[in-house]
Amino acid sequence: MDKDGIDLIIDKHQGEAGSLIQVLLEIQSENRWLPKEALERVSERLHVPLTRIQHIATFYKAFSLVPKGRHEIHICMGTACHVRGARRILDTVQDLTGIKPGETDLDLKFSLETVNCLGCCALGPVMEVDGEHHGKMAPARIAAVLQDYE
Amino acid sequence: MARINSPAELEALRKNILSKRDPHKPCITLCSGSACHASGSKEVAASIEAEIKKQGLSAEVDIRKTGCHGFCERGPIIVIHPEEICYLQIEPKDVPEIVSQTIKEKKIIERLLYIDPNTDQKIIHESEIPFYKHQERLVFGSNGNIDPKSIDDYLALGGYSALAKALSRMTPDQVLEEVKKSNLRGRGGGGFPAGRKWEESRHAPGQIKYVIVNADEGDPGAYMDRSLLEGNPHSILEGLIIGAYAIGSRQGFIYVRQEYPLAVENITIAIKQAEAYGFLGKNILGAGFDFTVKVHQGAGAFVSGESSALMTALEGRVGEPRPKYIHTAVKGLWDRPSVLNNVETWANVPLIINKGADWFSRFGTEWSKGTKIFSLVGKINNTGLVEVPMGITLREIIYKVGGGIPGGKKFKAVQTGGPSGGCLPEELLDLEVGFDELSQAGSMMGSGGMIVMDEDTCMVDVARYFLDFLADESCGKCTPCREGIRQMLKLLTNITKGKGKEGDLELLEDLAETAGQASLCALGRTAPNPFLSTLRYFRDEYEAHIKEKRCPALSCKDLISYYIDPDQCQACMICLRQCPSDAIVGGKNQIHVIQQEKCTKCGTCFEVCPPRFGAVKKISGEPVPSPIPEEARIIVRKSKQQ
Repeated sequence: MDKDGIDLIIDKHQGEAGSLIQVLLEIQSENRWLPKEALERVSERLHVPLTRIQHIATFYKAFSLVPKGRHEIHICMGTACHVRGARRILDTVQDLTGIKPGETDLDLKFSLETVNCLGCCALGPVMEVDGEHHGKMAPARIAAVLQDYE
Repeated sequence: MARINSPAELEALRKNILSKRDPHKPCITLCSGSACHASGSKEVAASIEAEIKKQGLSAEVDIRKTGCHGFCERGPIIVIHPEEICYLQIEPKDVPEIVSQTIKEKKIIERLLYIDPNTDQKIIHESEIPFYKHQERLVFGSNGNIDPKSIDDYLALGGYSALAKALSRMTPDQVLEEVKKSNLRGRGGGGFPAGRKWEESRHAPGQIKYVIVNADEGDPGAYMDRSLLEGNPHSILEGLIIGAYAIGSRQGFIYVRQEYPLAVENITIAIKQAEAYGFLGKNILGAGFDFTVKVHQGAGAFVSGESSALMTALEGRVGEPRPKYIHTAVKGLWDRPSVLNNVETWANVPLIINKGADWFSRFGTEWSKGTKIFSLVGKINNTGLVEVPMGITLREIIYKVGGGIPGGKKFKAVQTGGPSGGCLPEELLDLEVGFDELSQAGSMMGSGGMIVMDEDTCMVDVARYFLDFLADESCGKCTPCREGIRQMLKLLTNITKGKGKEGDLELLEDLAETAGQASLCALGRTAPNPFLSTLRYFRDEYEAHIKEKRCPALSCKDLISYYIDPDQCQACMICLRQCPSDAIVGGKNQIHVIQQEKCTKCGTCFEVCPPRFGAVKKISGEPVPSPIPEEARIIVRKSKQQ
């Protein structure tokens, strides 16, 4: 993401320091991670110290300070999914991709995250890949789902 | 859209909207909430639109994409008006038939109807399905009739009439008194009386005051606030404006988590529409009252749902809680008086103003008035969002509305109140649901998550699960919460791994007491509840884990093994083929054996073994029988023998 893109987002929020989180959310959503240069630009334009931006960027779950893979796998660990065996889904995904929650594989193909509730409990256990829901998952079906992603 | 300058103009507008609507015109409503999107309602919507066009009915049929109907188990749902014909689990391939048969010919398609599992009777009308029949849908009921992106739909159902009434016929004090009299208690967790909070803010010093909607719904397994925001955003907005008028606030915020994109979209549209009609902005309905609303997206932190943390996050800082010696109602956002209420609480306000506190207090118990929306999930037949009057028993919710436990399993516990709540056992199923009743039983109302657990759920693991969640979500600012939760989690994890020892339970109780008393905010203070309530009602399970290294629910991975009973195995190859770790040896006509050292305990073999064989067993607390010798594994089929 270039400087102009970041400036555009900041201008949209009238450069208010109070909008810091909203600005970071928009950069995250467009760029899918927060590169150091982007944070420096935000710090400069909003007159907020970089340490405070780092604090926010590491506190909230929505932000990533490392690049994400091409496909994002979210395993729902909500209570409803938990009692329906979400742990087994997570274990199998970890075995198949070789990465743990919070990690991205070396080919930048998959990033794996656990989420606390996707709010579609009737489908539990749920796995979401790039926003697409795969409901009523079973460990035996996971390999077939992941195969569809390049 | 012309600006509406008085209650009379609002009524004229409403009449105008209604005059253009023919109640007899067929209208297909389709659930388009996030939960139904996940089950494919977008595709269904596209095919309904295409089919209506194809069959040349565009002028004769309305299509309305509504918010969540609640019956998520059977989504996507469509209801065809005016007959109220309800079809469940619709797929795009069903659509041509629906249009040609039901819309054109007025014929019912039986296979798409709900079948009552008890009577095998087919049910045509949505309201007669047992799931809906036992509910009292005051707040949530309009969801199924409104396109959330259309303010006219909301106005057609009487929307903003409570605002008009409050602004034109009531003083702020009268509004406040009415809400106080209704004894509306906060639906987000603590159950604090909303009217008292409002009063405190109204009388707090300062010219600038804020009202805030807490839509940072973070309890795992709870999504009722999302469904309200997505499905009926104007009801929340109307409640907020009325609250602002009562308190004397001119600026409001909606703090909604960014994980809810559709809710953000719909509330943002609703605000724009309300501004265009003049329900927001300057001189609202000509009453001389000004009020604006901003949407703020939360970036994902459970603790930011706590009132002081949420306000800090609104200020653009890290959403950590602070001590509340002075209530946020007096000193909140930017140190000014701020009233924060949950989505559902605000949505109750227009009802109270329109119909009066007396009407509202007809529902519920002495200390818990009105209704509550629960998300009924977990091991339950009818997963979904249910709105019931306070005072209903847990049994009625789980069995009458929820349809009981699937798969013939036995009920074990119901968890309410999210990570701050507790697990209630079978003996308490007749408990009446209310704020104080649930707290006394060691749980709480919370935001309304209700997770049903059956005999396969391990209660020690449930306690560990919630502490794992809380350890991750604790902001770390105060030591009792940060360290207390971490140590409790460590002990509980050890117990589920079979490494528990004598004295662990006493140590856990000690830690629970300290965290419960000394933590800064409610997250830490209530964090021990999942442990304490499971210990109170399921102590035997803890003891089995610690003393016998056995998991009675056969759930804790480190304490169980899978084993194929050689007397029952028919060597059908199903488990052998499906095992993701190639841990099963055997062959055609050769009894299968699980190689324990290779087994990852994923449970696939247990699930795929045909029930008529039932050969795969789960065992705990006993050694795995050694495999029978290879020569004894050959099965000689009777048919082959002849």
